[in-house]
Parts: sequence; C-alpha cells; structure tokens
Amino acid sequence: MKILVAIKRVADPDNANKVKPTADKVDTTGLEWKPNPFDEYALETALRLTENGKNNKVRQGEVVVVTIGNKDTETQLRSALATGADRAIRVEAEDTDLDGRLVAAALKSVVDAEKPDLVLLGKQVVDGDSNSVGQMLAQLLDYPMATFAATIQEEADGRLLVGREVDGGVLSLRLTTPAIITVDLRVVAPTSVYSKHTDAGFKYSDGVRFAALPAIMKAKKKPLDVKALADLAPGKTNGSSYFRFEAPPARAAGVKVPDVATLVNKLATEAKAL
Amino acid sequence: MTKVLVIAEVEAGKVKKTTLSAITLARQAGSSFSILAIGGAGTGAAAAELTGYGAEAVLVTEDASLENYVAEQYAPTVIAAAQGFDLVVATASSFGKDLIPRVAAALDASYAGDVAGAAREGDKLVFKRPIFAGNAFGYVTLGTPVQTATARQSEFEPAEPSGGSSPVSAFAKVAPGAAASRVEFVSLDAVKSERPELTDASVIVSGGRALKEKFFEVLEPLADTLGAAIGASRAACDAGYAPGDFQVGQTGKIVAPKLYFAIGISGAIQHIAGMKSSKTIVAINKDPDAPIFQLADYGLVADLFTAVPELVSALKAHRG
Ligand SMILES: Cc1cc2nc3c(=O)[nH]c(=O)nc-3n(C[C@H](O)[C@H](O)[C@H](O)COP(=O)(O)OP(=O)(O)OC[C@H]3O[C@@H](n4cnc5c(N)ncnc54)[C@H](O)[C@@H]3O)c2cc1C
Ligand SMILES: Nc1ncnc2c1ncn2[C@@H]1O[C@H](COP(=O)(O)O)[C@@H](O)[C@H]1O
Repeated sequence: MKILVAIKRVADPDNANKVKPTADKVDTTGLEWKPNPFDEYALETALRLTENGKNNKVRQGEVVVVTIGNKDTETQLRSALATGADRAIRVEAEDTDLDGRLVAAALKSVVDAEKPDLVLLGKQVVDGDSNSVGQMLAQLLDYPMATFAATIQEEADGRLLVGREVDGGVLSLRLTTPAIITVDLRVVAPTSVYSKHTDAGFKYSDGVRFAALPAIMKAKKKPLDVKALADLAPGKTNGSSYFRFEAPPARAAGVKVPDVATLVNKLATEAKAL
Repeated sequence: MTKVLVIAEVEAGKVKKTTLSAITLARQAGSSFSILAIGGAGTGAAAAELTGYGAEAVLVTEDASLENYVAEQYAPTVIAAAQGFDLVVATASSFGKDLIPRVAAALDASYAGDVAGAAREGDKLVFKRPIFAGNAFGYVTLGTPVQTATARQSEFEPAEPSGGSSPVSAFAKVAPGAAASRVEFVSLDAVKSERPELTDASVIVSGGRALKEKFFEVLEPLADTLGAAIGASRAACDAGYAPGDFQVGQTGKIVAPKLYFAIGISGAIQHIAGMKSSKTIVAINKDPDAPIFQLADYGLVADLFTAVPELVSALKAHRG
C-alpha cells in the first residue's frame, strides 16, 4: 500500500495558554514549533499499515509525507523521515496563513501526481482547530472518507474496516481504496490498527514510535522535493481572513472548600446550582 | 442579503436537538433561512416539527438509502439543495463536522468550523472562532461567494419556535458519485443511556484517570442524584475506563453546563478548553496544586474515593 500523510506544524499545544492575543494578532513568541499531534498519529498509522507489526524494520509499501509550509517546516518533514517515512514533499507557502480550502486544493494536486492508495490526515490541527482539510480533499477527489478514525483494519482483499468515533458511539465503515482517512486520538492505542501483514492479537506499544539516532542521520539523505503552491493550486488564494483577535473572558478566582458539607452549602446558597 | 440553508440532523426518524443551535446561527447570520431535513424513513414526519421556526421553506429528502448517515450518500443532495443559498450551516456535532466541509469543497466555499458567534459588521458576515485551545478568539470573514459554517452547540442556545408554518416540500435525492460505491456502512454501536446527552446536559459529572476501573461505580450514584450526564478526560477514555465519546475537551465534546464536576482530573489545557464556559465548576482532587483548581469556583482537596460517596449522601440529605 502506498500512503500519503499530510503533516502540519503547530505552536506548542501544551503551552497554548501562553499565547498573547492582541487586536491584530496572536503572539506565539517563545512557543516551539511541534508537529500537530494528530499528524504524528497519522504517520504512526501509516507505518502500522505498511508493515508486519512483528517485523517492523521492513516496509510493505511506501509512506510519503507532505506539508504545505515554509522552509522551516522541513524540520517536521525530516523528523517524519527519521521516524520511518520514505520520502517527503514540501509545498512552499507561509503556513501560518492558509485556509482549509487552499490546503485541500494543493493536496489534491499532490494526490493526482502521487496516486497513493490512501491519504491519512489528522482530524484537526490543534492551533486552528478547523477540522476540514480531509473532508474537503475527499470531495475534490470524489474519494470515500472516514473521518475521526479510532481503529483501522486492513482486510485480506485490501479493503479497510474503519471504526469512527462519533457522538453517541462508534460508527464502522468499510472503504475500498483509494480513500481518505482522518485519525482521532485513540488510533495509536496498542490494538487499533492492523495491516494485513500483522497478526490479529499483536499488540503495539501505546502511542507513536520515536526515531532512533542512526535513523535521524539517514533521514538527512532521504528525498525531499519542493513544489510551488501556484503550480498545485493555480489561481486559488486564501478564502478566509482573520482580521481581529481577543483574549477569552477571564474567570473570577474560585475558593477551596474545607469539606463536603461546605461544598454542598455553597453550591446551594451561593452558586444556586442545586 | 444572506440566504442560509440549515442542514437538520435526523437520526432514526427524529430531529436531533443539535439542529436548533444551527437554526439560531442561521437567524443571527442570515436575512432568511430554509431547512433541509435529510434521512431515512420517518424524516418527512419528523420534519413537521421544524415548520414553526420561521424558515422560508422546509425541504425534505427521505430515502431508504439514507437510513444511516454516510457522507458520500448525503453530500450530493445537500450540495444540490444548497444552490441559490449564500451560507450553508449545521451544528458542529460529529455529523456537521463530517458533512459540511465536504459540501463546502463542492461549492468552492470557505468554511468556518465550530464557531462561537456570527454577526454582521457592515456588509460583511463575521464569524468568531475559538483558536489555540480556546486561549484566543479569532474573528474571520470568508471571501468566497458561498460560505459554510458549523455552530458550536454550547455557544448557540437552542432556537425557540417563532410561530408560523413554513411550507414543506420534497427535495429529490441526488444520485451519489463514484465515492459512494467505495464505502459501505457496517454498523453503529451506540452507547445506550438514560442520561441526558453530554452536549445538552445542565449538570455534568466528569471523571479522570484517577477513577480507574471504578469509574462508573463511583460516578454513577453522583450522576443519578444530580440527573447529570457523565463525561471523562482523555486519559480516562484512552485507558478504557469510559467510552471514547464521553471525552470532554478541545478534541472531544465542548460543553457548558450550569454545573460541572471535574473529579480526579488534573486540568490539562486540552481538557479545560472543553469545559471552561461552564457556569459553576467544582473540582475534587487530592493534589492541592492541580491546575484544575485555578479554574474551579469550588475546589475540594480530598481523596475522591471517600469524598464522592460523602457528596452523594450530603446531596441526598440536602434534598431531604
Ligand atoms: C492532541 C491531544 C488532544 C487532547 N485532547 C484532550 C481532550 O479533548 N480532553 C482531555 O481531557 N484531554 C485531552 N488531551 C490529554 C490531556 O493533555 C491530558 O493528558 C488529560 O486531560 C489528562 O487526564 P486526567 O486529568 O484524567 O489525568 P491526569 O493528568 O493523570 O490527572 C489525574 C488527576 O487525578 C488526581 N488524583 C489521583 N488519585 C486521586 C484520588 N484518589 N482522589 C482525588 N484525585 C486523585 C491527580 O492528583 C491528578 O491531578 C489531549 C492531548 C493531546 C496530545
Ligand atoms: N499546511 C498543511 N500542510 C499539510 N497538511 C495540512 C496542512 N494543514 C492541514 N493539514 C492536514 O489536514 C489535517 C486537518 O487540518 P485542519 O482541517 O486545518 O484542522 C491536519 O491534521 C493535517 O493532516
């Protein structure tokens, strides 16, 4: 199976409370760039789908990673290459200024050229929280999609049985490739993803794998192509524009209560919440 | 002039309450709106209850092939119904978040997801969106001729009926494209519960990693006493103590009940992003320095395994 994984960098999500919104921008000074966590999960999913879990040094297929971003985003691509991807593509653009419609249009051209069996994306980037690129890409390609995937099982005939986390439970779909999948948090649990090469019952370690030091050296030699956004999405510009920002309203400081009786009393009389 | 099309969420012949938040968005953003109810058997009958909200028209697509929601089956009809509208909206449930961006791409429309507000500024329609895990709001305009959005349910009060009776007409299902032949609906494993839905509950009792295998044993008596929905942190869901769709947070459900209990939850940024608009927040945690206490109106430093049962008794005594 040939898989294309879309990766974006985000300002350190664990320190998002340090961003400083002013009227005309959100200042992220001092926050490190990290790969979007969902995209790391998408890469891990791609690796699991192209290997036998027991013998994961041999790739049974190809994993190509793509980002639309400036030169600095090659850091995230190199780290994906070190983790196990075979090739990388960077589409030159200022990634802090892109909307889903433009990203999806560019990715469509990459898919047209690369013809992967499967495109894996994160369900959302955790700074912009748009949650739209995978769905848009599926429509542009007229491909079937499974968003918010928590489990993926490749069946003997190559079809993919996907469990989607939806409101109220789990919805299962069976996709025939080529297809689009966006991944949710629990896709990296030990028994969430099986390629047809991996024995059912095999248990992965929880979460994503990390690159070994020699792999980081080797990744520097893996191919990384750069393309121009204007060639991939001719005539398209950013549809949405953010023109004003503000901080959320602050909450008044609360109190600690000494015991359960005081808590119930305050909930009843002060908060009038009971 | 902004003509809005609201996509109603219909499940098993019932209109879901989520739909009413999208109607509120449509009223705020549009000069007029219509509603499309699309689904399987019973959709037409269910759509009757949507005629009292002041829509210009209620369109109904009822077809056996639409019994279970699959984007590739629904999208072509929604795309066709959207012709002539300026804005297409739904609520940011898992249904709306799946469907609307797909529809947007076909309409070459930009999309504002999970919006917390919509207002006109001059001749522009402006959407307010939480970004950076709710640590900032961004105001955005969409430059495309057709626009699309989903409404964050906790920020848009369910619409009240406004009287009148919108005309109902059938809208024929549009044959799906190639994508639909490559996707098969297999099953929906719904978690059946007598409790209110998380996104709709006025009281929520959420538990974290600390609950372990006793998650339900400890939380259910409290939820029963309060008539509350049960939520969870990511850690509790990942560990399998609670089902995945219980997860409250930036990447789970966004909730804003009148009363929210965070029990054995540390208060990570991603959790807080999903519940900090709650009116009153109570935290029970044995670590006095847990970040959740910076947010909680009332914090109790205690072992939850003794404090929660005590709380249940005290609440029962209070009720008399
Ligand atoms: C991409 C991404 C998305 C995420 N999205 C979400 C999300 O949507 N929602 C979410 O919740 N998280 C999310 N997270 C995870 C988040 O970062 C935290 O890891 C998670 O919220 C922690 O859950 P917890 O508070 O239950 O566990 P912990 O952080 O382990 O906290 C457990 C708490 O229980 C307390 N405790 C232990 N024993 C007791 C006891 N006996 N009595 C009382 N207190 C006790 C401890 O003091 C501690 O504070 C996300 C993370 C990532 C990377
Ligand atoms: N600039 C980008 N470059 C590559 N992939 C992207 C980019 N932006 C978004 N994506 C992909 O689309 C997913 C959803 O993003 P979004 O719809 O913006 O929340 C992400 O998790 C990525 O997989």
